[in-house]
Amino acid sequence: MTNVAVQAGALDVGSQANRSALGRAVSAVTSRLVIIVPYLWLLVFFLIPFIIVFKISLSQTAIAMPPYTPVMGLGDGISGLFNQLRELGIDNYIWLTEDPLYFNAYVSSVVIAGISTFLALLVGFPIAYGMARAPATIRPTLLMLVILPFWTSFLIRVYAWIGILKPEGLLNQFLLATGVIDEPLVILNTHAAIFIGIVYSYLPFMILPLYSTLEKMDFSLIEAAQDLGCTPIGAFWKITFPLALPGVVAGCMLVFIPAVGEFVIPDLLGGSQTLMIGKTLWNEFFANRDWPVSSAVAVILLLLLVVPIMIFQSAQARAQEQGR
Amino acid sequence: MKSLGSIRREFAPWNDPNAKPYIAFENVTKRFGDFTAVNNLSLSVYEREFFALLGASGCGKSTLLRMLAGFEEPTAGRILLDGQDLRGIPPYRRPVNMMFQSYALFPHMTVEQNIAFGLKQDGMAKPAIEQRVKEMLDLVKLTQFSKRKPHQLSGGQRQRVALARSVAKRPKVLLLDEPLGALDKKLREETQFELMDLQQELGLTFVVVTHDQEEAMTMADRIAILDKGEVMQVATPAEIYEAPASRFVAGFVGNVNMFEGTVAAREANTARITGASGAEIVVENAGDAAAGNSVAFAIRPEKIKVSSRRPEGAANAMEGEVYDLAYLGDMTVYHVKLGDGQVVKASALNSARQTDDPLTWNDRAWISFRPDAGVVLTR
Repeated sequence: MTNVAVQAGALDVGSQANRSALGRAVSAVTSRLVIIVPYLWLLVFFLIPFIIVFKISLSQTAIAMPPYTPVMGLGDGISGLFNQLRELGIDNYIWLTEDPLYFNAYVSSVVIAGISTFLALLVGFPIAYGMARAPATIRPTLLMLVILPFWTSFLIRVYAWIGILKPEGLLNQFLLATGVIDEPLVILNTHAAIFIGIVYSYLPFMILPLYSTLEKMDFSLIEAAQDLGCTPIGAFWKITFPLALPGVVAGCMLVFIPAVGEFVIPDLLGGSQTLMIGKTLWNEFFANRDWPVSSAVAVILLLLLVVPIMIFQSAQARAQEQGR
Repeated sequence: MKSLGSIRREFAPWNDPNAKPYIAFENVTKRFGDFTAVNNLSLSVYEREFFALLGASGCGKSTLLRMLAGFEEPTAGRILLDGQDLRGIPPYRRPVNMMFQSYALFPHMTVEQNIAFGLKQDGMAKPAIEQRVKEMLDLVKLTQFSKRKPHQLSGGQRQRVALARSVAKRPKVLLLDEPLGALDKKLREETQFELMDLQQELGLTFVVVTHDQEEAMTMADRIAILDKGEVMQVATPAEIYEAPASRFVAGFVGNVNMFEGTVAAREANTARITGASGAEIVVENAGDAAAGNSVAFAIRPEKIKVSSRRPEGAANAMEGEVYDLAYLGDMTVYHVKLGDGQVVKASALNSARQTDDPLTWNDRAWISFRPDAGVVLTR
């Protein structure tokens, strides 16, 4: 009798285990469903447009509507689609390597974006540091002030800089009036104007991640470093900066990536002689109506930016696994 | 009165008129805006002393420590360390090290790197640094954790890393800001003794800030009781407990019963104090209380006896009723309500094994104490 009871008990336990296994399976499916939604979003709004752009980059220009050939479709059936696919080629990419314009534009974009990012870091770090060390009561106000420029259109703010930087602009008038300079400075339509424009426009993207890492930092660490014989400058490089590094990297990414492809600022502030890939792309697309080449430019730009980010992120993930 | 300081150990430079203080606060005042954190305070700490600054939060004890470390400058007055005025010397040039309340361990460095940090700043040679770090790890028994980061350690281990880091440079003075505040009770008790041993072993001067009186009593050679930026009393733990200088100190450290009254008569060292209820208390060691003074008679609960009948020949005895009773195992605490409504706390050591107490709730009871059991406080 007892034996039977024990067996029944064992069965009961077994069915319980089954039930919980089922429960786990269900919850695994639901948790996967939750992840599927954002992936679906990315698929629809990133991957599909990217594939379309990639396909156009492999097409040929044509004086038609749309201005490239072949136009994909199932009008001629599966075999027709196959024929269309055979028409695709990498001529546009070869063209990009043949004309030095594109290479120079890529390089100059990366250089301009790099310098701008560095300048934004130089300006943004003290601001973020000051915000993080400000009394907790006024921090929300300071944060608000950083975000405030977004209330106005980006385009209008860049136009406003023309008014400030042009030879008879506000800045030159002020400097002439105070006697600092005798002749108006030429800033507009130079690289300096582009740097000013990019640093100004993207500064919040630098400040916010920096602020969020610095705010979490325990400032008694700096006191501890000083207590152990470190000068304030030494403490900055040995303690503050390494601890703010995740914010520095995030801020630099957020500024560098859009700055490389920036089009409005070099166009409005940099004048005609400035070579940046965003502008080149715009010209190919709207002035030349060469959609395939401009698509190829866009694909290369994307690869240029995505690949280093992916390498960086996987390195960071590995570092994190090793215990920070 | 015989010195109570020698109960702990033979170390009492403060009683030696020729001894030179190692750290001297001279009329130090520190204001933050309108708030006066430290008010015209003078204190002396001697070499190799374990000195505790004890007070409630906001009493200025941390400000004192921060001024010593160099994070704050006094608004007025000066601080001397080994005869040298510390004004204007930045924290990184002061021969003092601090153990922070939050430990302030560098999260991006290993235990080893944390301990070596201060030594590297001094430009010590690499083999010497390695040697010292090894010594320190041995001292705090963390050798097998040397490659870990602070977030991989327990609270107690982190505390020991912080300690090792702050003593690694062999500072003249070690400042400890609530060193045991973040530890649980059991660990705290163990660590108290470890800290005392460490101080003896290294022969350093320790200045510790704490709000925990038990911690201060256990570890310190002398305690300074602070209130509102002023020193209330500086004395050995035994003196603070047995001979508090004021009502504040008596009330702040340990439990105390306070009888307010007037000195009715004073003869030699003996005073008779008449309380509000008309009861009379006879006190020896009446101190500076003169006839007519309004004073407080302070007596610790363990010095009061509770009995069901009036004890024979007791100098001081009062009748009341057992109002509350707490059996704590090692002792029983009685709250006895006297005729005038004052509740007196008395604790009795349970030296015999017995489970039923002869006294229980609402019983009539007598409290009694010897004439030298308490102190008369004029302040």
